[in-house]
Amino acid sequence: MIRKLLTGNGAAAWGARLAKIDYVPAFPITPQTEIIETIAHWIDKGQMDCRMITMDSEHSMITAAGAAAATGVRVFTATSSQGFLYGMEMIYTVAGWRAPFVLVNVSRGLSAPITLEPDHNDVLAARDSGFLQIHCATCQEVLDSVLFAYRLGEDERVRLPVIVNLDGFYLSFTREPVEIPDDKKVDRFLPPYDPEETHFRAGDPISQGVVVLGGSQYSYFRYETHLASLNALVVFEEVSIEFKELFGRSYQPVEAYRTEDAEIIFFMMGSFATKAKDAVDCLRSVGRKVGLLRPRLFRPFPVKAIIRVLEGKKGVAVIDQNLSMGKGGVLHAELCSALYGVADSPPILVSFIGGLGGRDIIREEFYEMAAVTMKAIERGETPPPRLLYTTEEMMRMKGLQSIARVEQLKREEKR
Amino acid sequence: MKESAFKSVKDLPATHVLGSGTPACAGCGALEGIKIFCDILGDKTVFVNAAGCMTLLTVYPFTPFRGSWIYTAMASAPAGAQGVRDALDLLIRKGRLKPKDDLKVVVLTGDGSAYGMGLSSTSAAIYRELDFIYICYDNEGYGNTGYQFSAATPHAARTATSKGVGGYWGYKKDLFSIWAAHRPTYVATVVGTEPLDMARKIEKAKDLKGSKLFIVLSPCPTGWRFEPAETIEVGKLAVKTGAWPLKEYINGKVVHTKIPLPRGKRPLVEEYLKRQGRFAHLFSPTRNEEVLEEIQARVDAYWEGVV
Repeated sequence: MIRKLLTGNGAAAWGARLAKIDYVPAFPITPQTEIIETIAHWIDKGQMDCRMITMDSEHSMITAAGAAAATGVRVFTATSSQGFLYGMEMIYTVAGWRAPFVLVNVSRGLSAPITLEPDHNDVLAARDSGFLQIHCATCQEVLDSVLFAYRLGEDERVRLPVIVNLDGFYLSFTREPVEIPDDKKVDRFLPPYDPEETHFRAGDPISQGVVVLGGSQYSYFRYETHLASLNALVVFEEVSIEFKELFGRSYQPVEAYRTEDAEIIFFMMGSFATKAKDAVDCLRSVGRKVGLLRPRLFRPFPVKAIIRVLEGKKGVAVIDQNLSMGKGGVLHAELCSALYGVADSPPILVSFIGGLGGRDIIREEFYEMAAVTMKAIERGETPPPRLLYTTEEMMRMKGLQSIARVEQLKREEKR
Repeated sequence: MKESAFKSVKDLPATHVLGSGTPACAGCGALEGIKIFCDILGDKTVFVNAAGCMTLLTVYPFTPFRGSWIYTAMASAPAGAQGVRDALDLLIRKGRLKPKDDLKVVVLTGDGSAYGMGLSSTSAAIYRELDFIYICYDNEGYGNTGYQFSAATPHAARTATSKGVGGYWGYKKDLFSIWAAHRPTYVATVVGTEPLDMARKIEKAKDLKGSKLFIVLSPCPTGWRFEPAETIEVGKLAVKTGAWPLKEYINGKVVHTKIPLPRGKRPLVEEYLKRQGRFAHLFSPTRNEEVLEEIQARVDAYWEGVV
């Protein structure tokens, strides 16, 4: 075991290296590119026995990834944001091939307006695709999750591709101390990929992704994929035990932080949840009973694990780093559906939208969210959803708008 | 180049690798072509398919193919071929697949994909010198959706999206030249109704390393509007009139493999057009001399450039 300062991207690349991947179809996109650069560098130095190939697009990249996995090799790929969406047709398609591989998505807000900084609308667009989704908050978790992801996806009860998600910039380019697990131990945790019946070879023909006629057959295969995804919940628990024995780190489908005696819970995903942890500590120091619940596994959605933590709580502040136009926060809707009708579930689920396009969420805003949630509990009334946006920000925005307006007026004058 | 095993039509395989009873339309020219490919390539193949008519060949739980099949999407069959080829190579290199169990990777797409949406992934595959065979069955329109014009549709053809008096306003894209410009191992135009020419070309290309690409003119009874029984005649007329030049690109050169009779002696293109309902408006109620002459002039000019 070595301890090293790694960026989130570096950690993802290390995960791929330790997983002894065979094949990496690639396409550059900010903020993911460091991952494929790192792997390319290792291949050039002979440190990885792997083929990397740059495709003409993410659509082609995900096609090649799925096709290679369907042929029987261990595949890794990575993308981000617009690229992720460019390949979306294939994200849905390859999941149906039931050929496992790992795709690291480095989250970045979607166009328009175009930006480089993170939120989760990119990865959530694949919510219903059949890919499993693991969302990371630290660089260590990124490395570990890549290993985890292969175990989950390749399990015969699951057989699905897996997305490992990390936030662009905040995690992709932040260096943290990361334990790089011992190679031999990783081999014990993750033996070589056994493609079982999923392969193309002479004398043993297989047809993949074929046409079905009618809804009955279609429903069968689609629902089968859903059940396979749910199986990952069981597999996760098993893998988690093995992982802890070998590497000493424990991963659950959800991370619960200081939730046991908490009355209010922050509920959010990704690296911004580490900011929530800090806020929890501060609020605790002044006697507020606050905790954090972070789904690590988003697909399958760990409903039972979430209920276990939230049972008996008074209220939840759901912080969505995404926005479903015309509805609101995706995570909020997911949580509502998971808790509805469950006895003793928290009566108040307040929806906050924050961190869009990398907009920071500061400590004071967590205090405010806790206060709003507390007030809602006292009144027994859920306030309307709220965007985290300060008066100061609005002033700055108005300032920019007035510049844009002046430029426009100048042009009009010239005419 | 070694001598062809196919000296006459009689040398072509009498039993077919591709199974019968597919959902393809009666008289499908594309299926004619694919049959010949399967006969020559054998069963150690994996077909990587893009959305099109031939996607319907494999309908769960049936397939006419003796080898494997993977349906990708409309734009990315060559990328799928890249993934399969690379994976097979890796498995062989790492000792996880016996070399004798290797497969030929064959992309199968229609013209809608090949001439348009799939061009980026095709260009990239050729540029990477992917070792694969690409079959474009070209029925000159989006056949599976009811025959709308595509970039492969010939000038003046009536399609579901060019029903006006003039038919299709555009001209067929020169995919052969676009492919050849990438300097791949092999490019050819073929038609199932010239099986000997086609078999020889497949035979020549199949064991060469690199990208081997075929455009298979595919007379389409439903889209071109002729009786299914006339597929063979229509295909033969396409060649005889010079409308569909049979050629190949190899070692940096384009060679025509079947040159029609010289101008004046070869049948006019209208003999080919007349057989197809999609060109009926050029003949009735009145002959559209201007368009017919233009089409003829283009074909003549092409062959003047060749001979």
